[in-house]
Amino acid sequence: MTRDLEEAMAGSRRSLARTLTAIENRSITIQQALSVLGPVPQSQADTWQTLALTGAPGVGKSCLLDGLLTEWASQGLRIAVLAVDPSSPRTGGALLGDRVRMTVVDDEKLKQQIYLRSVATRKASGSVPVIVEDMTKILLSLGWERVVIETVGAGQSEVRCAALADRIVVVEGPARGDGIQAEKAGLLELADAVLVNKSDLPGAELHSDEIRESFELGIGTSPPVMLTSALHGDGIQEAANVLLNLSSSGRSTRARWRERLLAHHERKILESPKLDDLLLDLAKGSIHLDEALHLIGVLKDE
Amino acid sequence: MSEPWRIVVAKPGLDGHDRGAKVVARALRDAGNEVIYTGLRRSAQQIVDTVRDEDARFLGLSSLSGAHQHLFPKVCDLLKEQGLNDVIVFGGGIIPEDDRSDLYACGIRAIFGPGTPTSEILEFIEQAAQTDNSGVGQDSTWHWNSSA
Repeated sequence: MTRDLEEAMAGSRRSLARTLTAIENRSITIQQALSVLGPVPQSQADTWQTLALTGAPGVGKSCLLDGLLTEWASQGLRIAVLAVDPSSPRTGGALLGDRVRMTVVDDEKLKQQIYLRSVATRKASGSVPVIVEDMTKILLSLGWERVVIETVGAGQSEVRCAALADRIVVVEGPARGDGIQAEKAGLLELADAVLVNKSDLPGAELHSDEIRESFELGIGTSPPVMLTSALHGDGIQEAANVLLNLSSSGRSTRARWRERLLAHHERKILESPKLDDLLLDLAKGSIHLDEALHLIGVLKDE
Repeated sequence: MSEPWRIVVAKPGLDGHDRGAKVVARALRDAGNEVIYTGLRRSAQQIVDTVRDEDARFLGLSSLSGAHQHLFPKVCDLLKEQGLNDVIVFGGGIIPEDDRSDLYACGIRAIFGPGTPTSEILEFIEQAAQTDNSGVGQDSTWHWNSSA
């Protein structure tokens, strides 16, 4: 494994990919990896290192990201993408299809500056598995300047990505309900920017106005709301420039720490070596849920 | 629980038919694997880049265009050139019996024709994973004898 880490530092993509697999499979820990790779560079005060791109299934996250990556790579940035798709809760299998939309990884001039890795959620709940945090650290310590996390198609209350990313960009589309949808609590409240994609379709402008209005009713400064059409390339360049220098909305520090705490807790449970046995015992009815948490060690006696 | 295999399913060349590739991808998914689908009309280089960046253990190539004798060996050569010798390659589509021995000689470990039950492909995956040196650039002479 040390050889893979050293070759990854020397620029081998194969070794980088193998290192990420080892992290994902828990065959090495992040501490072991970083002891060879060196520390994760600290982020500068107002630029982000990690950005989560999230939104409902089918709004065009992958296509849009392809356009953004093309812009950013053309400006000379080295960007890694962790594209998350769901695992089957029944079989554990997954179909990882985000690559289908990506043309930038095939561009002879730009492909050296982009690393795209598909990630399955595996056992984790929510739109981003917590192991992505460690995978991000590996990429940053290997000199990838920015890491974009494309989440599973996510619903209104899916805010786990807030635990893992410096900035959250929500992708919306037209015909996603009336003005009341924009007023509902949830994901949009944590957004540092909103992109209303498919601006070539009717209703996109109206929807972006509704989101903007909803933000203006709230406290503090409103995050940018932009119209894009990933299909026709409209608004992509502008969006890429705004997102690259996006500052944090600062509206949701508490909510972010809440998500981090929950993610950390979940990780402790999922990584417990006792988990499989405890699930069997629970299914048999031989222990209670509280007992299971005691045995894992996340719940202490009072 | 052991970790799932990562498998790239790819459509090389000018060929718009991907029903077969999707059926295979779905069967592999339902067997608990992580399947990365490339989409249509990929070049050999694009496919090899994907296998490398995704750290795939298996690569499945699908061709119904008749260009398999050109495209499959090209993918195998590029894999070996990049040092991806341990990747296990299998193929499927409209591939006449007479063409298959050439493809096995390139290091492809199975060719599945129309009518192959998906369960046979899963059996192949299991057996190939347990066979020593079954990667595309490794020296095993083993290959799967398919039913169709």
